Amino acid sequence: MASLKDIKKRIGSVKNTQQITKAMKMVAAAKLRRAQEAAVAARPYAEKLQSVMSNLAQREEGDSHALLTQRGTGRALVVLMTADRGLCGGFNANVSKEAERFIRTNEQGFDDIDLMIIGRKGRDFLKNRVGDNITKVHENITSDATYKTAQLIGQEVVDAYSEEKYDAVYVIYNAFQSAIVQIVTVEQVLPIQPQETEEVKEDSVDYIYEPNRSEVLSQLLPKMVEVQIFRALLESNASEQGARMSSMDSASRNASEMIGKLTLQYNRARQAAITKELMEIISGAESIK
Amino acid sequence: MADKLKLEMVTPYKRVLSEDVDEITAPGFVGELGILPGHTPLLTTLKVGELTYKVGSQLFHVAVNWGYLEVEEDKITVLVDTAEISDEIDLERAKAALGRAEEALKSLPQEDKEFAVMQAALERAMIRIQVAGKK
Repeated sequence: MASLKDIKKRIGSVKNTQQITKAMKMVAAAKLRRAQEAAVAARPYAEKLQSVMSNLAQREEGDSHALLTQRGTGRALVVLMTADRGLCGGFNANVSKEAERFIRTNEQGFDDIDLMIIGRKGRDFLKNRVGDNITKVHENITSDATYKTAQLIGQEVVDAYSEEKYDAVYVIYNAFQSAIVQIVTVEQVLPIQPQETEEVKEDSVDYIYEPNRSEVLSQLLPKMVEVQIFRALLESNASEQGARMSSMDSASRNASEMIGKLTLQYNRARQAAITKELMEIISGAESIK
Repeated sequence: MADKLKLEMVTPYKRVLSEDVDEITAPGFVGELGILPGHTPLLTTLKVGELTYKVGSQLFHVAVNWGYLEVEEDKITVLVDTAEISDEIDLERAKAALGRAEEALKSLPQEDKEFAVMQAALERAMIRIQVAGKK
């Protein structure tokens, strides 16, 4: 049986760990609220753009713009969004596994699949599995994703697509459902697939386009990609904080449980020691008589 | 026909404005354009510039930075990268940005990629200062 001192030390170290996990939980909770607000605030913009888009696409005979054209299956690019830091449960592993599965199942379909990874953890995870596919890694951008960041990545993606380096672009990220639920999502970004609106307005009047329709469209479409990436970044960030919060919460709870068990063990050991001592004294006194 | 325009202005960060206005003047791609109730459906890109709207006799100024404007049955949707209402603009910061951009432009060769970027920054800073002056 472990000595009293040993048990006391264990209790101390578990308590220390618990303090850390508690603090991390608190930090994650604060960050989650901010991330969630940002994700919600970005929604109207994406929705408006979407509605302008589908409005436009209805009047547009397909294939009228490079970003709308289906080019068949050649090379594909997968943009994977993970976190830079761990200690957030299955957050990174889930999404990275999905990326690996995506590559494995679609290997036949495409000539080649490249992987652009956002976040260090995704790279660490996939380096030894599908290392050959990784073409680019962005680090330290998820925690304070601004629209600028999304714009840069969007630009990069659109440029590569326009140069016909890729024929399809996908994003894989954790969609934020609630603090404890994240849904791994695969979305096609390019070619853009205009969403069907429920009711097609037959009598909708023709717009005046300034400067002209193709110009408007060609400026609007890259925007669409940027917004989609921006949204995925924000959702991924909110998911990360949520995942960290809930995993740190359960870690704190496990620590309390462990402290309880250890304390019990400690008390038992202490009592046993006292009993033993008493017995020694009594037997000593008996023998003197 | 409604005699008011429903103006909605959104940026990627938030919904900036959502209110009924009487008149809008926007920096369209091909030139300044004024919109009154009953305008035909229109979709235009916007330049960096100053958007003004009028509620009653009160005039509001907003510095906008590159986006779209859609008119649909007295509903105006403005999608812009950034939008700053005149009294939110930090004049000191705008002036500093202007100074930086000017400095950079002097030292950069015209064919440099940075040149266009700085020129855009200069334009933005100038608009911001112009709008801020109209409080």
